Amino acid sequence: MKSLAELQALRDKMKNNMGIRNDDEAKARIVVGMATCGIAAGARPVLAAFTDEVSKRGLNDVAVGQTGCIGICQYEPVAEVFMPGQEKVTYVKMTEEKARRVVAEHIVNGNVVTEYTIGANAK
Amino acid sequence: MQELSLNILDIAENSVKAKASLVEITVEEDEAADLMRIIIADNGCGMTPEVVARVSDPFYTTRTTRKVGLGVPFVKMACEMTGGTFSIDSTVGEGTTLRASLGLHNIDRSPLGDIASTIASLVQCNPDIDFVYTHRTGEGEMCADTREFRAVLEGVPLSNPEVVSFIREYIAEHLTEIKGGLI
Repeated sequence: MKSLAELQALRDKMKNNMGIRNDDEAKARIVVGMATCGIAAGARPVLAAFTDEVSKRGLNDVAVGQTGCIGICQYEPVAEVFMPGQEKVTYVKMTEEKARRVVAEHIVNGNVVTEYTIGANAK
Repeated sequence: MQELSLNILDIAENSVKAKASLVEITVEEDEAADLMRIIIADNGCGMTPEVVARVSDPFYTTRTTRKVGLGVPFVKMACEMTGGTFSIDSTVGEGTTLRASLGLHNIDRSPLGDIASTIASLVQCNPDIDFVYTHRTGEGEMCADTREFRAVLEGVPLSNPEVVSFIREYIAEHLTEIKGGLI
């Protein structure tokens, strides 16, 4: 069973690893809408998928966080991606699978996944 | 909401909005009283009695992006449809405590669901706030306290993905130990 001793070991590993993420220096930032509308639509697993994918790929300079309701509740779960020098990209009706693809194609390779953006989904 | 842990996530976000530095979430499965009790207590900015009286109204919200506020009404509905009760106590400058009780074996009660992910999400998104999760069943009690984790971490942020995974698994495993969240 997980214990505080295990957390201690984890801390020592992190401290030895120079790549501790500092949110202030993050290269890219992903935020998931976590208001009532987002949560009800499935934001929690989307947030977890973003975190897991970023962690698995060792992307220490990518920050994953939350935002509130941005007023497009019908498109939740919504995720926004901020990359330095680029305009914000808003992804809508997100799922765990879509989140993993956004990390691979947009964050890693720099190609916006146009089919998931609000522009491609707005009617 | 599909599970109560999502309601808890939603309500705890209100505590975050209220600039709380400590949010205590307690779930109790009381077989003798046939009740599941959920308490979410924060030390945030609190609300005036006028606001408390209105937060259960779906057409009340402090937001400007939309005209409805469904977080609190959803919890109230979840309680009342299982014969439970719901109340909010709040004092401006001191904090807010939401108490919900639901019929433990009532057919209309949603399952608690993945509470470990709820707490992990809260910690990840708000690493500067302390969260205490306590769960009681007939088998015993478990507690996960970020103040304890923070002391061990010595400056490594609670939002670190590996730390977040640890917290999620810590809660899930300790819950299993006391057979929590199974019904």
